Amino acid sequence: MGFFRFFKTNKEDQSAKVAKDRLQVLIAHERTGRDGPDYLPMLKQDILDVIKKYVSVGDDALSVQLETQDDCDVLELNITLPEDNNTSTVTPTAEAKRRAMERRQAAAKVT
Amino acid sequence: MTKTIVVTSGKGGVGKTTTSASIATGLAKRGFKTVVIDFDVGLRNLDLIMGCERRVVYDLVNLVNQEATLHQTLIKDKRIENLYILPASQTRDKDALTIEGIARVMHKLKKSEFDYIICDSPAGIEKGAKMALYFADEAIVTTNPEVSSVRDSDRILGILQSESKRSKMNEEPVKEHLLITRYNPSRVKDGQMLSVDDIVDLLAIPLLGIIPESPSVLDCSNAGKPVILDDDSEAGQAYSDAIDRLLGESKPHRFMEAPKKGFLSRLFG
Repeated sequence: MGFFRFFKTNKEDQSAKVAKDRLQVLIAHERTGRDGPDYLPMLKQDILDVIKKYVSVGDDALSVQLETQDDCDVLELNITLPEDNNTSTVTPTAEAKRRAMERRQAAAKVT
Repeated sequence: MTKTIVVTSGKGGVGKTTTSASIATGLAKRGFKTVVIDFDVGLRNLDLIMGCERRVVYDLVNLVNQEATLHQTLIKDKRIENLYILPASQTRDKDALTIEGIARVMHKLKKSEFDYIICDSPAGIEKGAKMALYFADEAIVTTNPEVSSVRDSDRILGILQSESKRSKMNEEPVKEHLLITRYNPSRVKDGQMLSVDDIVDLLAIPLLGIIPESPSVLDCSNAGKPVILDDDSEAGQAYSDAIDRLLGESKPHRFMEAPKKGFLSRLFG
């Protein structure tokens, strides 16, 4: 075993680097959750739910970061919209379509 | 002035009890009156590692419930002067502990002029672990060079910073120390294990010591002897160094380099 290992290039054996990279991402993510105020995860979920009404996005599409700069807190929202395939617009969900239709019908009744 | 130090980790099996036993023994050996408390109610094990399992009469829960006095509950170590063990209950569960009850015990220990109170935390982030760290002035976060252990250590650091008495009372924060256990320098060299630098980089707290993976840890626990008393072993020496650093001495870290292998042993080893 040792004989073969001696000649083997070590590249694919370097799992420690993979471990560190994974941990770096994970720990950074978990720290934002815990250092922020208690309402941050709920706020994030609510914002995500609102976005989902209009655009079909995954749970990881939204990143919320609260940073303190000098004497004010900055709430930074980053929403990654799905890449469009053929059309240049984002496809609305069925729910969004239904609600838009209702809105238009209601508007038509008023006029 | 009594100093309370919690040995914690989040993850189980990384060496909290081994570390608690050795840190307490090391401090007592240097002349400090020291007590080590097992907070793992229901899964008592510190008594085994300290080799006093047959001398347990009363336990922490008895003391909290005022069914026994401090004097009756403390077990005096037979090898080291100034060293006492406060065992956990084996029959009760963690709900038997309350902050008020523990506060009374801490107060009694301070009145008995202990220099150090070492709290051996149970694994997890439940009540028992939170109780163990609540009164801490300092924390030794025990971590293995393994992804799950590093992640859990980071989690427990968050809890120390938000749920300890010091954080709740807006006092100076708990002083954090990183202790890496089961370190295997040759695997680190081959890129198969997270290095000391990697872990320090990730957790961003000062390094107290590196305990190399060593057969003497198991030998000593088999015998009920804290590994720090095994002067010949690398693990024992590494714990001894950690005590010096805990007491403010600056010492270079040892046991970080893999032993040099000859050409033939590299070829056939």
